[in-house]
Amino acid sequence: MKKAFDVVVAGAGPAGIAAAVTAAAQHRRVALVDDNQRPGGQIWRSGASLPRPARVWLSRLEASAVEHLSGTRIFDHPAPGVLCAEWNETAMELHYEKLVFATGARELFLPFPGWTLPNVMGAGGLDAMVRGGLPVAGKRVVVAGTGPLLLAVAAHLAARGAKIVAICEQAPFARLAKFAAQMSRYPGKLLQGLAYRLAARHSRLYCGCWPISASGSTALESLTLRQGNRTWSVACDYLACGFHLVPNLELAELLGCRIQDGFVAVDDLQQTSVANVYCAGEPTGIGGVEMALVEGQIAGLAASGSAEAARKLIPQRRRMLGFVDALRRTCALNPELRRPAADTTLVCRCEDVPFGTLREHTSWRDAKLHTRCGMGPCQGRICGAAAEFLFGWGPDAVRPPIFPALVSSLAAESTNPNKSMEDA
Amino acid sequence: MPDPARSITLTVNGTMVRVQPGTTVAAAILIAGGYTRTSVSGEPRAPLCGMGICFECRASIGGKLHQRSCQILCTQGMDVRTP
Repeated sequence: MKKAFDVVVAGAGPAGIAAAVTAAAQHRRVALVDDNQRPGGQIWRSGASLPRPARVWLSRLEASAVEHLSGTRIFDHPAPGVLCAEWNETAMELHYEKLVFATGARELFLPFPGWTLPNVMGAGGLDAMVRGGLPVAGKRVVVAGTGPLLLAVAAHLAARGAKIVAICEQAPFARLAKFAAQMSRYPGKLLQGLAYRLAARHSRLYCGCWPISASGSTALESLTLRQGNRTWSVACDYLACGFHLVPNLELAELLGCRIQDGFVAVDDLQQTSVANVYCAGEPTGIGGVEMALVEGQIAGLAASGSAEAARKLIPQRRRMLGFVDALRRTCALNPELRRPAADTTLVCRCEDVPFGTLREHTSWRDAKLHTRCGMGPCQGRICGAAAEFLFGWGPDAVRPPIFPALVSSLAAESTNPNKSMEDA
Repeated sequence: MPDPARSITLTVNGTMVRVQPGTTVAAAILIAGGYTRTSVSGEPRAPLCGMGICFECRASIGGKLHQRSCQILCTQGMDVRTP
């Protein structure tokens, strides 16, 4: 199957929705491609009451002429202007004049003994499972890691009837206080944070605290926490643990976009180093929903040839850059977080490669070749960022397919860029 | 609020599970009291990321192997298998 568009937007989170809707309003033929079944990305998941901006943008998407290709995974970029994707076991070739990618971010998971036990999940991970129908009423939950997501998750789970045993934030109290003071420039965010804290007010917030081990026979039963020199155990049913976010850069790397300090380098109009390719949202810097919406609109306008209109939004984006910076400083990881991993602690969950085995290697590439670390189905999406933090290893080059694809999809992919799937 | 009239029935390893529309297969597997896969060294595993990237939630759904159950919604009569 072959489809052609003026603008293809990869990722249907806030940035992608804003880019697609904005480009469609400029009378461009737009496709919005996403792996998930429903639009909204990770942050605007249905299954719970959505905030006003989410309702506004989702209804704009609904009313637009955007072709929403849900459940569609991009796995290759064989030539400029072409993407290969898979939908419902069918290979698809997407042709574009302009590409906006808004591939979002994932949580950073750090290994500690017992982190592979069932019911140890990401903070956003447990939240997503609950929005997907997992009941947590009456369950004892520890929320841990770092970043504003922890309070949002604790508030949501408490509203669903969970008993939040503890909220453990790795950052020290002084840094959180400084962050809160900086948020006076962004009153909306400050109020939101306070509302979340109020919703989970019966739970104690520990600063400079993190889990050092989890135990249970077939699933999580108890957790050992550390704060300074003090360690103690708590009984719990779920751990929601995420150490802030890392951008999804696989597509950016495949496209050949310049990456700077771990994020996609863009100009004022969200243009990447690659011609006709724009990037919006978390891959350019972790900045949250408001930032993503502004960047998405700029990218959507720029990709539609409306640079003039796009420039009017640049001051709005610049105003948010302070938030990105404050967030980065606040969530900076304590080096002590490297200590909980023991020699037998698995780092790569797909191939079950322990920390002790990895320690003998000198680079990510070396570790991959000798241990199969990062070579399972997730392709290092989970252990890659952990290994970067634990060992200081930089990422390796990305190769297609960037997502597991059927052999039939790979076979359908044309090797000659002038030859399309229909001719093949 | 759960509405029994709108609930969906599916089977997880042959056991009937009743869920609300919009429930993911991963949630149904946990509701059924199981886990999703056995790791290469034999550990039980269950969903980690909830967003389709960690592959810990893969299960056999409707006879198709290695489906990411957190990305798939339950449908009436669905047959889900885990190790």
